Amino acid sequence: MFDQFDALLLARFQFAFTVSFHFIFPSFSIGLASYLAVLEGLWLWTGREVYLNLFKYWLKIFALAFAMGVVSGIVMSYQFGTNWSVFSDKAGPVIGPLMAYEVMTAFFLEAGFLGIMLFGMGRVGRKLHFAATLAVAVGTFISAFWILSANSWMQTPVGYGVNEVGQFVPQDWWAIIFNPSFPYRLVHTVMAAYLTTALVVGGVGAWHLLRECTNKGARVMFSMAMGMISVVAPLQIFAGDMHGLNTLEHQPAKVMAMEGHFQSHPDGAPLILFGIPDQEAGTVHSAIEIPKASSLILKHDLNAPLKGLDTVDRANWPYVPVVFWSFRIMVGLGFAMFALGVLSLWARFRSRLYDWRPLHWLALTMGPAGFVAVIAGWVTTEVGRQPFTVYGLLMTAASASPLEAPAVAASLLTFIVVYFIVFGAGTGYILKLMGKAPHPGETGPEAGREPIRTAGITPAPAIDPARTLGAEA
Amino acid sequence: MIPVFDLPTLWAFVIAFAVFAYVVMDGFDLGIGILFPFFQPGPERDSAMNSVAPVWDGNETWLVLGGGGLMAAFPLAYAIVLPALYAPIIAMVLALIFRGVAFEFRWRDPGHRRYWDFAFTTGSVVATLAQGITLGALLQGIAVEGRSYAGGWWDWFTPFSLLVGISLVIGYALLGATWLVMKTEGMVQNHSYRLAGKLAIGLIVCVGLVSAATPFLNGAYYERWFAWPQVLFTAQVPLLVGLCSGALLVSLVRRWEYWPFLLTLGLFGLCLLGLGISMFPYVVPNAVTIHEAAAPTASLQFMLVGASVLIPIILAYTGYSYWVFRGKTGHEGYH
Ligand code: HDD
Ligand code: HEM
Ligand code: HEM
Repeated sequence: MFDQFDALLLARFQFAFTVSFHFIFPSFSIGLASYLAVLEGLWLWTGREVYLNLFKYWLKIFALAFAMGVVSGIVMSYQFGTNWSVFSDKAGPVIGPLMAYEVMTAFFLEAGFLGIMLFGMGRVGRKLHFAATLAVAVGTFISAFWILSANSWMQTPVGYGVNEVGQFVPQDWWAIIFNPSFPYRLVHTVMAAYLTTALVVGGVGAWHLLRECTNKGARVMFSMAMGMISVVAPLQIFAGDMHGLNTLEHQPAKVMAMEGHFQSHPDGAPLILFGIPDQEAGTVHSAIEIPKASSLILKHDLNAPLKGLDTVDRANWPYVPVVFWSFRIMVGLGFAMFALGVLSLWARFRSRLYDWRPLHWLALTMGPAGFVAVIAGWVTTEVGRQPFTVYGLLMTAASASPLEAPAVAASLLTFIVVYFIVFGAGTGYILKLMGKAPHPGETGPEAGREPIRTAGITPAPAIDPARTLGAEA
Repeated sequence: MIPVFDLPTLWAFVIAFAVFAYVVMDGFDLGIGILFPFFQPGPERDSAMNSVAPVWDGNETWLVLGGGGLMAAFPLAYAIVLPALYAPIIAMVLALIFRGVAFEFRWRDPGHRRYWDFAFTTGSVVATLAQGITLGALLQGIAVEGRSYAGGWWDWFTPFSLLVGISLVIGYALLGATWLVMKTEGMVQNHSYRLAGKLAIGLIVCVGLVSAATPFLNGAYYERWFAWPQVLFTAQVPLLVGLCSGALLVSLVRRWEYWPFLLTLGLFGLCLLGLGISMFPYVVPNAVTIHEAAAPTASLQFMLVGASVLIPIILAYTGYSYWVFRGKTGHEGYH
């Protein structure tokens, strides 16, 4: 029995590790794909060279991030079977088709047009190339749509029956896809991806402005990124609030954990800002709280009663400290992003956007904040769902494969080693590309690859030089 | 007698198609990775890699469709087979990480290009070997109890599964070599012709060995191949394999550029047909049939609607993408 327990814990750790690593890349590539489409669109529309340069600059980075997203994603799709076989057997009839649709509508679209997007400028016309970029951007969104639908169904399962062998049997696909938490999760996650990308772009822009405040490309990207943040950060906070209300309705225990409410509060619950949750004792030590504020946020009424974990069977408690802290990290960073947006608006208003160094330093330090917030958000969501994989219906402990602990330990160890080496190197290459200032005559990903990928097939004179992205390479 | 084209059978064909598409398309990518050390660093390697760089991601997606489709259409099989083949599957996904990132990383870091080239080759070899071992282990049978796998985590490791693994390495290498024959010219092409000749002979020997061993793995396979009157039909398969092999060798000697690749595809197709004959109607040999493993009708129907519209569209734009990058990838562009 002990052995079984070990294998379970290892399998959970392995899933958490690999999926968190995986999601780092989509959270950047979903946003970046859209940003690239905007840049290329602006270039086609205005004909301004700076947009084309920025497009090529970020395209190289995108190629790296995307490749890492793909290979880490393949791990995920097989891990359901290797480590969570009972879950796959039981939930496969519902989750499987959603993921199959993701493959058919999104992954093939992304992959099919990625080659043209990266290497095809010299081979297809401008409009067609733009269409390929759009296809990739739309593909990333469709991908998020399906996988988040699958995940949301596990949080708020509806539209199913259960058959004689214990499998979930779909009864109403519409209800399954648009399950109660899905719209909130989709909006919140896609905006999170946009924020993450904007912060990275803004951080890179800030870095180059700090070194050379006249750099045209740096100015344009910094301005675009700050604009994006000032619009999206407030929206994200609003969406997060709505999401929380939805969670309160469907997964109250998760909200109790986020808030640190071990006890029920019959007349107005306090908002615990900080404190040290103690799962054993069922209390939050040294709590700093604002009286009645939690009831105000969650119920829009100072005196509304709020239940605590004392109304939930202890066996069904999520692990509070993790949920509590990860939630605070996310929300704290959300407000920091909001502040960055406001400061940038103020700088813009004073026409100091490109030479106000404190703002650039702030933007630079906030560059990675999106990734941290995104992972913290997922940890809140997923750990808060415990001890279930399908909320209220299938326990995590009953979902795992019948594996021996050493097998899982060995694979976990290899994953850790490989991920740090490979994705560490990849991140290094991305940082190296970001460290170079954008400059006129930027080359695309095909440049420097001798023989040039785009060369060879079409006789050189047949390529109209003006149409060729890598022409100057 | 079960109706031949009910939903589960249809889905078995869809997944078999995805697997075949994966094997032929990622087969030549992986094959190029396997052959990489045989090419000179510099222009030879670069043009070999360039010939697949724009398409590898799409090729690999068929693997995701095969795996994801199996989970969706035959969840029970997915839940039994993957834990049974834990080590080779994990090895495969890890190897695919190395070979996938090598496409980008080797250009970003010329100082360490040798290492990423090594990662590209090792990743390709290990991924292929793992796929072959997976297939071999599946064929030789898996211990099942109730609705889950009941064996140990080394059960997959047998001489037979290794033989299939090695055969697949040779097979993918041949696909890679014949692909390069088609896509390159000059030095690389000549080199590929020579490699393809040796690999073709190797593959034919391996196909012979695996085919000879399979019917004796368990009684049911023997029945399916040799029982009268099926044998009239099944005997066509080895016959066609023989013809195809002969034609392949001739095409290599005579240097008919496109034929070696197409004939290798033919060989792979016939092997898949043979596999189908051995396995049908089981997904887990002699333990779970496709009907027992099938997801509820509501799942299969829902996906079929999408698959019948989307797969043709996917094939169309995949074809388009290949067409954009058609012809020879040479290096005349930089002379
Ligand atoms: C909100 C978005 C999102 C989330 C929650 C996930 N992914 Fe992901 N995934 C993507 C968004 C994405 C993407 C944007 O579509 C990627 C990232 C980079 C890329 O190439 O596509 C991708 C790639 C990607 C691939 C490779 C696709 C290809 O071959 O092109 C697979 C197999 C998966 N993912 C599978 C998963 C699984 C099984 C997940 C759940 C545990 C998961 N992803 C979470
Ligand atoms: C990419 C974003 C995601 C992140 C960062 C994430 C994170 C996590 C974490 C941290 C855990 C471990 C919880 C624990 O063990 O206490 C977990 C568990 C799990 N998640 Fe997610 N998740 C993500 C998306 C998904 C999606 C899209 C699905 C399904 C379609 C999913 C399915 C699962 C399952 C089955 C488990 C069970 C393992 C377990 O409970 O330990 N996750 N995830
Ligand atoms: C400051 C205000 C924010 C609030 C009130 C908020 C609220 C929430 C809540 C309540 C959840 C959990 C929902 C559930 O599990 O059912 C959540 C999840 C999440 N948050 Fe936030 N959030 C905020 C900011 C952010 C920011 C700035 C980011 C990233 C840039 C982010 C990214 C995520 C992600 C990726 C998830 C997991 C997916 C999901 O369940 O939607 N959040 N957020």
